[in-house]
Amino acid sequence: MRQSAGRASPTTPDTVVRIAGVDKTFARDGVVVTTALSGIDLSISRGEFVSLIGPSGCGKSTLLRVIGDLVAPSAGSVEVNGKPAAQARRDRDYGMVFQAPVLFDWRSVEDNVKLPLELMGYDGPRRTARAKEMLDLVELGEFLKHHPYQLSGGMQQRVAIARALSFEPAILLMDEPFGALDEMTRERMNQEVLRIWEATGTTIVFVTHSIPEAVFLSSRVVVMSARPGRITDVIDIDLDRPRGVATREEPRYFQLVTAVREALRRGGMGDELAERMEDGSGASIDRTAAEGGIG
Amino acid sequence: MSAAAARPAASGSIAMSRWLRRIRWYLPAVLVFVGTIALWELVVQNIDLRGLPLPAPSEIAGALSDSWGAGRWPIGKAAAATLFEALGGLAIGTFAGVVVAGLTARFVTARELLLPLAIGASAVPIIAFAPLMNNWFGVLNPLSKMMIVAVLVFFPVVVNVTRGLTSVEPAALELMRSYAASDWSILWQVRVPNALPYFFTALKVGSTLALIGAIVGEYFGGSSDVLGRVIVQSASALRFDVTWAAIVVGAVSGIVSYLAIAAVERIVIPWHASQRAGEP
Repeated sequence: MRQSAGRASPTTPDTVVRIAGVDKTFARDGVVVTTALSGIDLSISRGEFVSLIGPSGCGKSTLLRVIGDLVAPSAGSVEVNGKPAAQARRDRDYGMVFQAPVLFDWRSVEDNVKLPLELMGYDGPRRTARAKEMLDLVELGEFLKHHPYQLSGGMQQRVAIARALSFEPAILLMDEPFGALDEMTRERMNQEVLRIWEATGTTIVFVTHSIPEAVFLSSRVVVMSARPGRITDVIDIDLDRPRGVATREEPRYFQLVTAVREALRRGGMGDELAERMEDGSGASIDRTAAEGGIG
Repeated sequence: MSAAAARPAASGSIAMSRWLRRIRWYLPAVLVFVGTIALWELVVQNIDLRGLPLPAPSEIAGALSDSWGAGRWPIGKAAAATLFEALGGLAIGTFAGVVVAGLTARFVTARELLLPLAIGASAVPIIAFAPLMNNWFGVLNPLSKMMIVAVLVFFPVVVNVTRGLTSVEPAALELMRSYAASDWSILWQVRVPNALPYFFTALKVGSTLALIGAIVGEYFGGSSDVLGRVIVQSASALRFDVTWAAIVVGAVSGIVSYLAIAAVERIVIPWHASQRAGEP
């Protein structure tokens, strides 16, 4: 079930993303202020649904942006479809969905979905056809002429997904896309995303801080810990597909939720220990141990 | 068939209720305005305001119709000349402001150099430069008044439009970057539409400033057939009915230009929150 962390799987023709030895530090005046990512190795195969999960500050959003060439790594390499990430971005291999829908109020729903198609030089009839097809896919075919402010938050996020998929990117990068939605809408959106993923076969990298969401959606959950941001565990999610309401009630589902939660706790605990060791304040470890804080 | 027949009737009643709502919205303001004029008329006609030369609204209206196109102070002609100066200056100032805002938004160095200056300069009483402009561009040349107006309008346009071009959601820029969009596309697809509401705000502020600038500029000299000169000369001739008539025409010009800009705004940015809320 669990793979050893920090080892990139071998490259196969099916590898879409290959991350090797990626560090990301933020420096001010030449002094490193934050180590957002440290020693990241990860390979993602075609058609996989991979979630990045971890506490805030663990660099999961930064890792997503490094994959999408929105942030340059300080060290290491990122290849997408066998090309450097920057080239993949220029080739329009990425569809991005953020926590906010980032729809443009001055464009109708349809025209929002058409925006990337316009930039990528699709002709008029093809733009119209693709926009309709994508909005039908997210079940918003009735709302072509509406404006974003006339839609609910969940509907807006579905438009953002339609827009991200409109130009058939090789990989869909989603940064906590349902973090701002209420629990019920979020579960419905999870179902929706799975349906779209199964219908399109797109590779998805999905950042979340919700354990149930990560387990329900993913084929693999990548567990990260903070300071420095690193991968502490990779958990295969072997739940049967198609997944639905019943999946959330299976014993196996609860086992996996628990496994991810424990992996997160181990990552967090290791982190605290590491920090104390770095401080050289062994005494504080002893004290904590005496108080029964550890173990 | 009956459904098809019912539709126009239904949309007719929707239009009707919209008009009713509009009337309800504007009615209080209209009542206060008419009431104030009536009270003014009553007070001036019935109470002896010794020493306070306040003409009644009816006298002002009389002066307006008498000297609109003829006499020593042809107010209509004067208003047209002043409006020409104001709108010309508004156009020059807005154009220059948009160009500079574009540069400050595009080039960080230009922004760091110019924006603090622009913000500082917008706090300066620029109208104090009016006599200089008259001197530079010729006191009889309408361009001298236009330049006063232009300088006055320039700063709010620079500050607002720069803010509009730069205060773009960071995620919107990341999105465009993920599409490998060019700077040019980002400018036209994201920054310019984002700046339009700011631009219209600046233009509305500017339209008010434009008339102030033109009229005050005229106080410092120039052709006699302009509102500013009519106001100064009629007041010194103690023809306060004409003075008031000129002020009313100036006020109406200001309100009309403001409303014209607001109407254009409604057409250009119907999607913006400011256009969706409030007045029905």
